[in-house]
Amino acid sequence: MLWQALTLSLGYNATLVTLGAAVLGLAAGAVGAGMVLRGRALVPDALAHATLPGLAGAFLALTALGADPRNLPLLLVGGGIGAALGLAALRALTARTRLTEDTATAAVLSVAYGGGLVLLTVIQALPGGRAAGLEGFLLGSTAGMLRQDALVIGGAAMVVLLALALCWRPLTLMAFDPMQARAMGLRTAAWDAVLAILVLAVVLVGLRVAGAILIVALLVTPAVAARLVVSRAGGMAALSALIGGACGWFGAAASAAAPGLPTVAVIVLAAFAALAAAALVRGGRAWTAPS
Amino acid sequence: MDGAFLILTLPPLVAAILAALACTLPGSLLVLRGEAMTGDMMAHAALPGIAAGFMLTGSAGPLAMTAGALAAALAAVGLTAAIRRAGPVAPAAAMAISFTTLFALGVVMVEQGGLAGVHLDVEHALFGTLETLIWLDGTSAAALADPAALATLPPELLHLAGALALVAAGLAAVWRPLVLASFDPAQARALGLPVGALSAALAGLTAAATVAAFAAVGAILTVAMLVLPAATARLLTDSLPRQLALALALAVLMATAGVLSSFAVPAALGLSFAVSAGGSIALAGGLMLALAAALSPRARGHGAR
Repeated sequence: MLWQALTLSLGYNATLVTLGAAVLGLAAGAVGAGMVLRGRALVPDALAHATLPGLAGAFLALTALGADPRNLPLLLVGGGIGAALGLAALRALTARTRLTEDTATAAVLSVAYGGGLVLLTVIQALPGGRAAGLEGFLLGSTAGMLRQDALVIGGAAMVVLLALALCWRPLTLMAFDPMQARAMGLRTAAWDAVLAILVLAVVLVGLRVAGAILIVALLVTPAVAARLVVSRAGGMAALSALIGGACGWFGAAASAAAPGLPTVAVIVLAAFAALAAAALVRGGRAWTAPS
Repeated sequence: MDGAFLILTLPPLVAAILAALACTLPGSLLVLRGEAMTGDMMAHAALPGIAAGFMLTGSAGPLAMTAGALAAALAAVGLTAAIRRAGPVAPAAAMAISFTTLFALGVVMVEQGGLAGVHLDVEHALFGTLETLIWLDGTSAAALADPAALATLPPELLHLAGALALVAAGLAAVWRPLVLASFDPAQARALGLPVGALSAALAGLTAAATVAAFAAVGAILTVAMLVLPAATARLLTDSLPRQLALALALAVLMATAGVLSSFAVPAALGLSFAVSAGGSIALAGGLMLALAAALSPRARGHGAR
């Protein structure tokens, strides 16, 4: 069964989910490499939680306007607005107060989540119990992935990968040597924003599939695994994308072969296995400064 | 005092206040040390521990659950340390990997171990059970003085009170050396203080508070209780003792305002339902923090740090 699933011969739906999860893993691995190099591994956690009040707000707004509240693109626009506000709050707290980035991240993610929960209870109280499906954004689900979803994930992943390739040189320079980058006239704040937008794109595209809590793992774990065995930034990003893609493929195939096995959790555990393997391969090798 | 208040509002209110107090004690030091996300990590990591406790003992008893969650929270700390030793990995990245991996493991255990729907489901663990705490015998004010009626209060309140007492006593025992080690680790080491053991003690107390609060308010709102009162107090005063006292007062304020507004605000708007009490608590805490950040003359700068 697992072999059939891995070789995409388990029917149309399983194939669709497997390819979608693999492409999502690929894009998340590549973008996550940039994020990890910049030392911002917990920012996607805050971003993902901040999409929840945005999603719920969009759901309520669409309901009030008499539109179909399950319109996925419009829901995701709401999620994007929520995440952008969360990022702005995070920036304001770290830049303008004495709080550390760590505290600001924890504050933003818990308040945003609380706001999302409150809106969710409002939605549940609407006549007809129309909240069904919104909880899925928290834990994710690949079960209902349709051809259209897979195409959206694939298309968005291509755009993100292309944008990342175009911006790669300034992003890595900034990650390794911010002083030098500034001296060369790079606007580091602007490039940080570009990186945040790419991460946000991956979070939004992957949210319904991976869920707000585990999407972080798709961004961080493959990147750190790659970082342990490759020291050049480009090679690290390529390996990270490869690990992410392979884990997505494997996780989706495994849950297609054994129904009831939660896809995203398996992907995350597979990524951790890759990390453990990378740590073994690395062995006691000394820390080498990346170039 | 009307009956509905004692039956429906008092138990969640007391539970929220106790949980917020227990979390704010270690939270004040975590915020000072830049380790606030440790609590986030522990709260998520508790899930596989709770599932394992359930699988091993076959019961949803508080002892098995608490032991499992504590073990898992400490395993998360150990896993983070192991990942950091593997190579050039930043603390935040190691934490993100360790909590997502353990949470994913918990999701698989709940789904595969036939636990879903029995007593435990993942959404329950995320949302908490504040609203399900009710006191059926709290029919009149006289019940507050009646031992037989008081004995039927939800047992969660007693557990939370016990956790609060434990965390307070533990923190008091290590307070002075822990504060010194937090402000100035080099100096503390020179004085011969066991800095590593003190960090471990703080991690243990954080785990105890997190696990107790987790059952009442869920994983993510536990983070709100750990961080929001402490961070708000940090913006308002420069002295640590004053910061701690203020944070505890703010914790009570946040819990009370959150629980009461969760039904009072919708009612004032003419709506017939209550919103999530846990979510309202986090929003109340967020409002406090936003006001302090915008208005406090001490918000900027580094203060006592």
